[in-house]
Amino acid sequence: MNKLNIESNIADPDAFYEKLIDAHNGLTDEESHFMNAKLVLLLANHIGDADVLSEALALARGSASTANAAPEQTH
Amino acid sequence: MQVDYQTLRFNYERAPDHHDAGTTLYPVVVIGAGPVGLAAAIDLAQQGVRTVLVDNDDTLSSGSRAICFAKRTLEIFDRLGCGNQMVEKGVSWNVGKVFLQDELIYTFNLLPESGHARPAFINLQQYYVEGYLADRAQETENLQMRWKSNVIGLTQNDDYVELQIETPDGVYPLRAQYVIAADGARSAVRSALGLDSRGRTFKDRFLIADVKMKAPFPTERWFWFDPPFHRNQSVLLHRQPDNVWRIDFQLGWDADPVAEKQPERVIPRVKALLGEDVEFELEWVSVYTFSCLRMDSFRHGRVLFAGDSAHGVSPFGARGANSGVQDADNLAWKLRLVVNGDAPHTLLDTYAFEREYAADENILNSTRATDFITPKSAVSRVFRDATLKLAKDCPFARRIVNSGRLSVPAVLRDSPLNTPEEAADVFSCTMVPGSVCTDAPVQVDGKDAWFLTQTGGGEFTGVYFCGLGDDVAQTAERLAELGRLPVPVRSLMVVPRGAAMTAAPGMTIVEDVEGIVTHRFDARPGTFYLLRPDQHVCARWRALDAASIKTALNRATCNG
Repeated sequence: MNKLNIESNIADPDAFYEKLIDAHNGLTDEESHFMNAKLVLLLANHIGDADVLSEALALARGSASTANAAPEQTH
Repeated sequence: MQVDYQTLRFNYERAPDHHDAGTTLYPVVVIGAGPVGLAAAIDLAQQGVRTVLVDNDDTLSSGSRAICFAKRTLEIFDRLGCGNQMVEKGVSWNVGKVFLQDELIYTFNLLPESGHARPAFINLQQYYVEGYLADRAQETENLQMRWKSNVIGLTQNDDYVELQIETPDGVYPLRAQYVIAADGARSAVRSALGLDSRGRTFKDRFLIADVKMKAPFPTERWFWFDPPFHRNQSVLLHRQPDNVWRIDFQLGWDADPVAEKQPERVIPRVKALLGEDVEFELEWVSVYTFSCLRMDSFRHGRVLFAGDSAHGVSPFGARGANSGVQDADNLAWKLRLVVNGDAPHTLLDTYAFEREYAADENILNSTRATDFITPKSAVSRVFRDATLKLAKDCPFARRIVNSGRLSVPAVLRDSPLNTPEEAADVFSCTMVPGSVCTDAPVQVDGKDAWFLTQTGGGEFTGVYFCGLGDDVAQTAERLAELGRLPVPVRSLMVVPRGAAMTAAPGMTIVEDVEGIVTHRFDARPGTFYLLRPDQHVCARWRALDAASIKTALNRATCNG
């Protein structure tokens, strides 16, 4: 079973992060939300592996509560 | 007796140029006695260049201001003869911690390997740094310090610059071949030349509270995102000498900069962090905004801009004063060669090229950190918070969290002063041409010493790695020849532990007792590195070849 890689895997994380944020420049919140959805689908398709995707979904869901919300759910 | 650098006043003296106006042409006048101007003036004077340093008042920095001085800056201060004083007084640190709300999400170490003379950082109030530099300047030959000397005019001529200096005794003209404008973010010289520094201003305000107290916190950089004691904003805590702690509160753009400075506003914020019962005094309070700016060009004829006059960054990453001192480090030796006629004036263009490149790197890092700390849109806030949430469990997210990428020297890879490596000479280490020379523990004359302090006394240094089978006398003669070039190269011969070799005249034998020099240089017997006077690598080879070294030296001084 393939595992989700949670170690740093991008050569220049700061440059990537800047690019990611800048890709949203000029979009409304709704448009940004839609863009993020498309981005997730594109990357998920690229990954392809069902086990990896399941693990990523669970991990993302697990810390989905926002910064000021009640204690996290366990999963 | 301990000097109180916060209240110290320097003696104004009437300058001789008042009565023999314009008859003396000084090689260099430095404007501004902050850390950058002082470093440049000391460096030049130490290298034998007669220098005048003018400053518009007679006091040091008011408030602690730039408190974080990086390893590279300390190495430069070592070269200037005041590194020990800084490190003894300063608080050394290597470790930073990042918290989200009340939870530690990760710890980082800026200098995980040992074998360096200096730590990743010291924290030291700017008035101490300026005070120690000013003390050093006053005992340096060839250096005149002129306090209460305000530049009110500047004209550039073909052969010299004429400054109009306003003093308590009136105005006098001061002529110099070259001028270094280290007169700060609101540079009067920049305005006098009709130039500007452009970039981006960030829409956020920060409160600095320097607090005097006895506190149990360790000597580490602590950064909180959204802590319970200051919701939705960030806080930075740093230790300084004299039981002073720097607390930096993010306030948001809508905060009132005047009201927020009042003790009745500041004290509750500090108590929220420390607890109601902790006793403290407010030492210094300041509310600031910031910009990332730079001038298009750091050289304008005979005027060279250095430090905040040339470039500005946000404080996250400590890239302001540190990069300014590196400007001075880069400029001093080049100016010395130019005023002495040992290099053409085009060498000064490489100062501009190299330090503009470094400023861009600093601005990029500073901008990215600021965009993380102060998200510029709703979606960037969402990504930021998601990254922070993932960071505790996922190492990749920790690499994205950005509370400031702390100052490291730029690698000047594309500098025209570098000699490209020969394809056959393969090296696998970080010391590429353009990088600062690394440090390592060594022995010289049987005594413990540091590698870096053996280099860069204002001259180029050749580092030759000797093998056990080398003919030392013959190699020594070949290296001695380099010391007789028009721009001389001093040589270090690095020998393996226990090698019994006696020093030849004009050359230092460095014993690589732990093998660390050899490792960090990826050296083999015969390897030769050429270091500039500012301790940057400009060329390296697998074998010693005098002709190649001469060519590289000419290139590194624009004499080719």
